[in-house]
Amino acid sequence: MPMSTPNIVAGSGSRDVQPVEYRRIYVWELPVRAYHWINAITLVALCVTGYLIGAPIRAFYAAEAYQQYWFGWVRFIHFLAAFIYVFNFLARLYWGFVGNKYSHWNAFFPLKKSQRQEIVDVIKADVLETKLHGPISTGHNALAGMIYFFTFLAFVAQTITGFALYSSMSNSWLPRMFTWIVPLLGGDSGVRFWHHTFLWFFVTFVIVHVYLAFYHDYIEGRGTVSSIIGGWKFEREKSDD
Amino acid sequence: MGQSIWNSMQQKGYSRRDFLQFCAAAATVAGFGQTGVAQVVSAFEKKDKPAVVWLHFQECTCCSESFIRASHPIVLDVLLDVLNLNYTETLMAASGFQAEKCLTDTIANNKGKYIVLVEGAVPTKDDGVYCMIGGKTAESILQTVAKDAAAIVAWGSCASNGCVQAAKPNPTGATPIYKLVDKPVINVPGCPPIADVMMGVVTHLLVLGQLPALDSQGRPKEFYGRRVHDTCYRRPNYDAGLFVESFDDENARKGYCLYKMGCRGPVTYNACSVIKWNEGTSYPIQSGHGCIGCSEEGFWDNGPFYQHLASFPGFGIESTADTIGTVVGVATLAGVAAHAVVTNIRKHQVIAEVHAEDLKES
Repeated sequence: MPMSTPNIVAGSGSRDVQPVEYRRIYVWELPVRAYHWINAITLVALCVTGYLIGAPIRAFYAAEAYQQYWFGWVRFIHFLAAFIYVFNFLARLYWGFVGNKYSHWNAFFPLKKSQRQEIVDVIKADVLETKLHGPISTGHNALAGMIYFFTFLAFVAQTITGFALYSSMSNSWLPRMFTWIVPLLGGDSGVRFWHHTFLWFFVTFVIVHVYLAFYHDYIEGRGTVSSIIGGWKFEREKSDD
Repeated sequence: MGQSIWNSMQQKGYSRRDFLQFCAAAATVAGFGQTGVAQVVSAFEKKDKPAVVWLHFQECTCCSESFIRASHPIVLDVLLDVLNLNYTETLMAASGFQAEKCLTDTIANNKGKYIVLVEGAVPTKDDGVYCMIGGKTAESILQTVAKDAAAIVAWGSCASNGCVQAAKPNPTGATPIYKLVDKPVINVPGCPPIADVMMGVVTHLLVLGQLPALDSQGRPKEFYGRRVHDTCYRRPNYDAGLFVESFDDENARKGYCLYKMGCRGPVTYNACSVIKWNEGTSYPIQSGHGCIGCSEEGFWDNGPFYQHLASFPGFGIESTADTIGTVVGVATLAGVAAHAVVTNIRKHQVIAEVHAEDLKES
């Protein structure tokens, strides 16, 4: 149903101008939102505990080893979060084939000319700040989609190296599926090195992602931030999607 | 030749009891357990002593030094009596042409039956001129000897993964054995490998006449299946979060975990913390020094040894992934902040533009 938004009025103080028509669009379905927040929570947990595993803080009081399990808990949280993270990611991959068009897999690859044009537009809006309005896709914009694809690659890299490192402590088939990477990277030492290096990709990604979510909320003015909580965005009646 | 170990020991004056004790020790070292003792006894009674060729290429002989310190008392006899050690540059009495004849005779007389133990890497650059014995390159000697071998064992990190010769920039093109021969090679890495592990591998070959179960890197699973870390007696300190922060602090005296001192135990597969060294006396971590991961591929290049995280290639020896990551992270934050400031400065223009567009569309 089209919904008038009388509060958005062109020009300040000119109340006699006709209001702009906006309509609500259900963009992010529940599985997509659930994926996003589970991913966010586990990713932060993984980054924090992962950094601590690399540079541990010593136990807070010096007692006998059997009396505490501080570093053990840090590692346990890391492993637990990793398993949730991986299955959550697999669920999202599945949803990329059965979900709505905004969550569909082809949103992540700039295969169409219009998507490539939009990448240029978004760079103009985000980096150069020369084109601050105009239509941007209601779902992922084409540049964001492509960046998310790169993060998926980083997910995969972390999954492979992480499980390969974990496999020496586990007889489970899942981590053992990834032991083939160990000789390729020159032993556990090399695997750990790359697993640790990728941590910083995620730290950088989170900084940019959170900032750009706020920035797009501001320049697009249609509920970018709230959409990942409620699922709805707003679109102008006349704009062509 | 043509003589079993039991015959050989009888001639030396060992009793049946000594022989059985030796068999039990051999079975234990090779990881057969109680039920395997009979198998060992049977093999040592009946099978001919195998001919063995021990080759030395680019190495420091620390593997040989380690081997002769195997903790069982009869190890020297193993060397001299149990094996027909027909050729080894370090220990053999013969020299020159006589020595070379030992090698060619062994190969000719034991085609397909002799065991080759290789110590050292093989240089492949510049036609292999960097290691020559008797006018022949290491590689040509290896190929000749390996051709008719029953089994090939790569002793130590040099033969298994190149070790220090293969460290960057690897000027001689030092290459591990398994990359040069088209037969399965048992890699027994370590700088040096543990004496009892070497004994165990040889015993396995002798008794069962087949290769032990190997992992993806060609190492016997029975000795390289677990990390030094998993069997380390300091492991509870790791889980508790009790770490040595400096080699002269109170925590070092208390024997806390050496993880933060760069200990490579968590990424090193070896039996040091189980079998230990020098008749089970100690191993590096027990002596207060972190593991340097000497049995892992490329351990010289994964330094510095006293730093937990390897230095990041191309950014100088002090730069870890954390240093670079922190710089990148801070730069990103600064960029984002600058962007926010610029956006805020221009906000009146932005709002005016958006309103103008709304007017146009409505």
